[in-house]
Amino acid sequence: MTRELFHRELTRLQDEVLVMGSMVEKAILDSLQALRDGDAGSSQRIVDEDSRINAKRFEIEDQCIFVVASQQPMASDLRMLASILYIITDLERIADHAEGIARINLMMSDEPLPRRLGYIPAMADRAVAMLRDSLKAFIERDVESARQICNADVEVDRLQDAVYEESFKAMLADPSTIQRNTYLLWTAHNLERIADRCTNICERVIYQVTGRMQEINVSKY
Amino acid sequence: MTEIRIDLRPAAQSAPAAHAMEPASRGHVIEPAEPAAISIDRLSLWYGHKRALTGVSLDIPVNRVTALIGPSGCGKSTLLRSINRMNDLIPGVRIEGTVAYHGINIYGKDIDPVEVRRRIGMVFQKPNPFPKSIYDNVAFGARVNGYRGNLDDLVESSLRRAALWDEVKNDLKKSGLALSGGQQQRLCIARALANDPDVILMDEPCSALDPIATLKIEDLMREIVKDYTIIIVTHNMQQAARVSDYTAFMLTDETTTGQLIEYGRTQELFTNPGDRRTEDYISGRFG
Repeated sequence: MTRELFHRELTRLQDEVLVMGSMVEKAILDSLQALRDGDAGSSQRIVDEDSRINAKRFEIEDQCIFVVASQQPMASDLRMLASILYIITDLERIADHAEGIARINLMMSDEPLPRRLGYIPAMADRAVAMLRDSLKAFIERDVESARQICNADVEVDRLQDAVYEESFKAMLADPSTIQRNTYLLWTAHNLERIADRCTNICERVIYQVTGRMQEINVSKY
Repeated sequence: MTEIRIDLRPAAQSAPAAHAMEPASRGHVIEPAEPAAISIDRLSLWYGHKRALTGVSLDIPVNRVTALIGPSGCGKSTLLRSINRMNDLIPGVRIEGTVAYHGINIYGKDIDPVEVRRRIGMVFQKPNPFPKSIYDNVAFGARVNGYRGNLDDLVESSLRRAALWDEVKNDLKKSGLALSGGQQQRLCIARALANDPDVILMDEPCSALDPIATLKIEDLMREIVKDYTIIIVTHNMQQAARVSDYTAFMLTDETTTGQLIEYGRTQELFTNPGDRRTEDYISGRFG
């Protein structure tokens, strides 16, 4: 095996993607917990710390560009670096959606506790599972898993439909809840977009392994 | 595009080689869907008892740059030199299979190897201008061949095509050896072009040049490929990826010497090679 330094560098970049992935996952979980608890302080921290995730994205991007320039990668190494550049963009946008949920919670500060979030926690669970699984597929170069993870997006869409249905019913039954339910609709939308971004990551995993770009757009939204 | 008049020998077209040929070692080959300037069919070659090529088959498309890559000893330079019969000059060389230039086997009976080399020119690793003036270097082949046109025009047009005219037009009497390495290599390209070839073989043409001179030669290749078919041997994979339209990857392994492993469009080969050995080589895992 030659180019050990180069391949160590690639492994390090993969590890950095996982570090960024765990930062993003924490942001999603914390944003949901804060929403559930009405914890404005935690939401504000998520908003403030989004810049750390953005910085992590640019740090990895810089390293990728330097590796491309200095090592002139080819074939699967090149595809891996190209995939990382796209995956960190998706991760950064997922973090923005988590920040979006945190901002919604800040706007909901007048809403009483306990919060009834309906299907939203279930949506969040599935979205986080998709994120975790898509990064696992990335590390393990597992095309079959990547395809299967995309199918979970249908379930997230279905849950979003359920959130919409419940929210509209509640708004019709009691117009005083229109504002609160609108916030829940926005939250569901953020989670649905997170799941969509995870399918993008899976598409990059498939490209990295097979060299073929394949759009796996199972979402109806 | 240069008009192609096939007139390599006085007699009728040669019959195919009578001897049994090697089975083709096809590897992962995607033949270009374009007319071929050179068609190589089950070509094997020996230097004495030492085999250098094994059953190589590929079509080199017209007006494209085709790169031959592979580790040292894989047979790429031997293959290149087989295309204009440069190996004939080495004692003890034996070949099987055919190399067809626009459909005519250049190893057929009655083929004039000098005429083959006029039509299929060559540029070597180290610039090798003659110890003569710039003008005489370019005019050399034309004079030898009894060129009857305007020699001044030929020298100017050849130097222009080789992107050297503006740098030397006021110094045509200066020795070719007084030029920089990059200029000398472009002078050699001008000298090759002056013989009106339609295929140009380049054997690591930039390996002795600095990066700027290298990029000039690469730009020149992309510029002149609309009029010529270019085949380049290079150890520089980034160069192959930059300048070529098609790439052939060759390899010598424990069982087979000088085999073609993969051949196809450069973009595909460098981003998504079809053979694991190609992948390992271009990504630097061996070689």
